[in-house]
Amino acid sequence: MDFQLLQKLNAERAARRAVIHVTGVDDDDEQLVLEQDQISGELGEAVVKAFNSGKSSMVEIAGRKTFLNVYLPPARIVVIGAVHISQALAPMAKLAGFDVRVIDPRGAFATEARFADVDLVAEWPDEALETSPLDAYTALAALTHDPKIDDFPLQAAIDAQCFYIGALGSRKTHASRVARLVEAGKSEAEIGRISAPIGLDIGAASPSEIAVAILADIIQALRKRKAVAQ
Amino acid sequence: MSDVEDIQDPLSIAEKWKDEGRDVAIATVVQTWGSAPRPVGSHLVIDGEGNFEGSVSGGCVEGAVISEALDVIGAGKPKMLEFGVADETAWRVGLSCGGKISVYVERLV
Repeated sequence: MDFQLLQKLNAERAARRAVIHVTGVDDDDEQLVLEQDQISGELGEAVVKAFNSGKSSMVEIAGRKTFLNVYLPPARIVVIGAVHISQALAPMAKLAGFDVRVIDPRGAFATEARFADVDLVAEWPDEALETSPLDAYTALAALTHDPKIDDFPLQAAIDAQCFYIGALGSRKTHASRVARLVEAGKSEAEIGRISAPIGLDIGAASPSEIAVAILADIIQALRKRKAVAQ
Repeated sequence: MSDVEDIQDPLSIAEKWKDEGRDVAIATVVQTWGSAPRPVGSHLVIDGEGNFEGSVSGGCVEGAVISEALDVIGAGKPKMLEFGVADETAWRVGLSCGGKISVYVERLV
């Protein structure tokens, strides 16, 4: 492998962009392919398939053995609201293998004491998401019920095509949320991507049970719809 | 689900080693048949002294891959290695899980 190519590969991975390293194993030639690259022919078809499945594999391109190594960003969960449910959701999600970040501008909620060992950001979501933007390999769970805090990240999650978007709140709360999102120019299909009421319907009652329902919902979205790195 | 900045990330380590002026080889699982301990795409990185990070199996064939990697660093030519119960080296190094893997070893240049 060429060293400059490795540096580029590592930089793309660090920036959370999907990338494929293509190696012709018989004659040791190689290239990097990014998702936006337009490649024609057999190789083009193979890389599109590999980006979609997230699976690395050996393929035949024009009769030559070619290895496609797919690097997808690891899945992460951004939780809006350092609330009671988040206190259960953050450690559970970590156990299940996700990177987790909790964002809440309210200092009384976002405390170290309530969220030991959790990546906690006590900033408004617009500031926090500017530093570390959402992407297609991120799930967003908006849990504050407060439009001032939840609405911006929900719109940002739609724009970033997060693999999962969920919002806590009763049907009534969600109906007014939908009206605000329509007002903000979001389409019906985009708004329809929001899981609300949030979580799989398992009759969850306590904050911890709701956290289980949300995590299960996220895992379902991850495994059944969109591939992300292990 | 390790972060790419993670100290254990083999490709980040390969980059760091090369920056330090070390010779580096990268071994990658390119095919698996049956039960295999590490998925296709997994990396083991090796330096010229035989130091290594990452894995291509559960520790079953790493020793053999490392010694082949030292040859690859010396000769500069990549190698395709095969390990498995059907392999003639199975009595020496092999996969106790009964699977078979192909490992591509190349020098970082």
